[in-house]
Amino acid sequence: MRKFQSMDRRALLKGGAAMLAAPAILRASRASAQASSFKIGFVNPATGPLAGFGEADQYIIQAAQAALAGIENNGAPVNVEIIYKDTQSSSNRAAEVTVELIERDGVDLVVASAAPDTTNPVADQCELLEMPCVTTVAPWQPYFFGRQGNPATGFDFTYHFFWGLEDVIANFLNLWDDAGLTSRNIAGLFPNDADGNAWGDPQLGLPPALAARGYTTIDPGRYQVMNNDFSSQIAAFKDAGCEIVTGNMIPPDFATFWSQAAQQGFNPRVVTIGKALLFPSVIESLGARGDNLTSEIWWSPSHPFASSLTGETSRQLADGYSAATGRPWTQPIGFIHALFEVAADVIRRCEALDDSMAVVDAIAQTDLDTIVGNVSWNGGPLNPVKNVKRTPLVAGQWQLENGAPNLVITNNTEAPNIPVGGAMRLIG
Amino acid sequence: MDWINVIIQGVLIGGLYALFAAGLSLIFGVMRLVNISHGDFIVGAAYVAFAVIQMTGLHPLVSLVIVVPLFALLGYALQLGLLNRVLGGDILPPLIVTFGLSIIVQNGLLTLFTADSRRLDAGAIEVESLNLMPGVDIGYMPLMTFVSAVAIIAGLQFLFYRTTMGRAFRATSDDGEIAQIMGLDNRKVFGWAMGLAMAVVAVAGVFLAIRANFDPFMGPSRLIFGFEAVIIGGLGNLWGTLAGGIILGVAQGIGAHIDPGWQLLAGHIAFLAILAVRPRGLFPRVD
Repeated sequence: MRKFQSMDRRALLKGGAAMLAAPAILRASRASAQASSFKIGFVNPATGPLAGFGEADQYIIQAAQAALAGIENNGAPVNVEIIYKDTQSSSNRAAEVTVELIERDGVDLVVASAAPDTTNPVADQCELLEMPCVTTVAPWQPYFFGRQGNPATGFDFTYHFFWGLEDVIANFLNLWDDAGLTSRNIAGLFPNDADGNAWGDPQLGLPPALAARGYTTIDPGRYQVMNNDFSSQIAAFKDAGCEIVTGNMIPPDFATFWSQAAQQGFNPRVVTIGKALLFPSVIESLGARGDNLTSEIWWSPSHPFASSLTGETSRQLADGYSAATGRPWTQPIGFIHALFEVAADVIRRCEALDDSMAVVDAIAQTDLDTIVGNVSWNGGPLNPVKNVKRTPLVAGQWQLENGAPNLVITNNTEAPNIPVGGAMRLIG
Repeated sequence: MDWINVIIQGVLIGGLYALFAAGLSLIFGVMRLVNISHGDFIVGAAYVAFAVIQMTGLHPLVSLVIVVPLFALLGYALQLGLLNRVLGGDILPPLIVTFGLSIIVQNGLLTLFTADSRRLDAGAIEVESLNLMPGVDIGYMPLMTFVSAVAIIAGLQFLFYRTTMGRAFRATSDDGEIAQIMGLDNRKVFGWAMGLAMAVVAVAGVFLAIRANFDPFMGPSRLIFGFEAVIIGGLGNLWGTLAGGIILGVAQGIGAHIDPGWQLLAGHIAFLAILAVRPRGLFPRVD
């Protein structure tokens, strides 16, 4: 019903616009070889608590803008403009700027990244306003089910590529098998937020998968984010003789836990935490206590992929960023770059750039080898639902080299084409 | 043994809350100002200490020698330059100004220091502890935090009731107009109070930064327990603030021991229960 009404509105708007624009259209029809234009709206957090995800945005936009010069569609050059909007790390503002991009700036495609807090409101607005949209950097379950997606029908306008919980669980289990420890009890630290509840869910999260591999999860319960005291959890882990700690935490909570664990005599040999151990600055801030912490790895300079847009390898992209900014590379860089690879590929293949249905068709037909691996939504084994592509995930460890944290891939069972950089070490 | 550990750790956390809250309590006691940006200034102090340590290589605890006077000056200047202009009969304008300051401080820190998560490295003392009995370990850092909270509150208490400056604070707090007739310059008195509060903020910031990671946006989330501690203890009463912090810390510890999901709930329930029985807090000083 809603669909029917909005088609009506669109038809009316199109008709009206066509009448107003008739003199221009008469002079320059699409078939003529004149330059057309294409606007990409890019929504990402540049400020606020999620700013770490967007710190490389300006660098990536500049590189993409340079590489997009001279791009052609149907034999005619296309002027591509990238319009950037900062979400200020707020879901409400992410939705607001998306509407602004669509209604006021008249973009033809929206791309976004950085956690479900950004991807979901952006994709929801795009779906509602029938705007083609590609997102990344949010595990696919919170993206798809968090938006009440129906696996049978999927979404019409919004597409996503990233890994899922099944990938992260498989990688964590591989890491722990590598460790070869005797205790089968695993300490679980899950906060009371969307991620923590999903990861710690006794039916769908880590505990049943761990049980299937012969591990027992010691889960004292959900704690509140920005916790000041982990004493009771530490006591429970000590009682159970845990040697492995896992969970999904934010950096300040992990730092509080990690100091208290040492103060209260809890010394695990393997610590594998999602989210908290993502950025090199966090590991650096932990000093010597950051050595040998383990985490999932989505992208690294040693991933054997290259950009379809600039031809750079993963190593060159990471080094280029470090050289230009003096800052260490981070994992979101590859994925955000890949958003523009997909956009460029869509511009090249699209049958009619001014028709959003044609743009969506071009996205759906994507089959592109990007800097984060293959991206395609053609119903293959890595498409758990129509709109989602799972990208390869491996596991590794932060190893300090002269005090500088270095992320080393130690297990590639889930994606054997990504080379291992070293053996896993135990803590302590 | 478990319960002894829970209560001891809770008391130590209470010291941290009291340290966050002491500055709030002081400012409210003297000038009835609710400083929304208190938590952001604590994080700001952590960043200033971080910058000082980067430049000089000092130990975080030694960096207090520079950060504390710096923040005292900043507080004095902030009060004279900005907050005095909005203090008056209406409590709303200063509230909104401190709310604005909170946003300015957060984004200023983001621009200066990026969104990177930082921590101050205090060396081995961070993870060392004192074994009281089997199953009960007291970390040196939490202990030092607690002891400094007690020392700071004792010091403020002495200053309030034994010195000329303290008499000026109390006089201005009791009746600002009469105090002015007696020759006190309220604006200056408020300036001293804010300077003093910011000196305490600097200590809280450094202890927080050794304890856990900080980033430009974590101020407000650390502040709520400070507010609760002030209200439990009774507005304007410094020892009450310490008691409030400890009650909150122990209640949270007991809640967490039953189920980690109850940790914050137990603290808030203790807070509500005390408000229900004693609406003005346990030991109110200010009417």
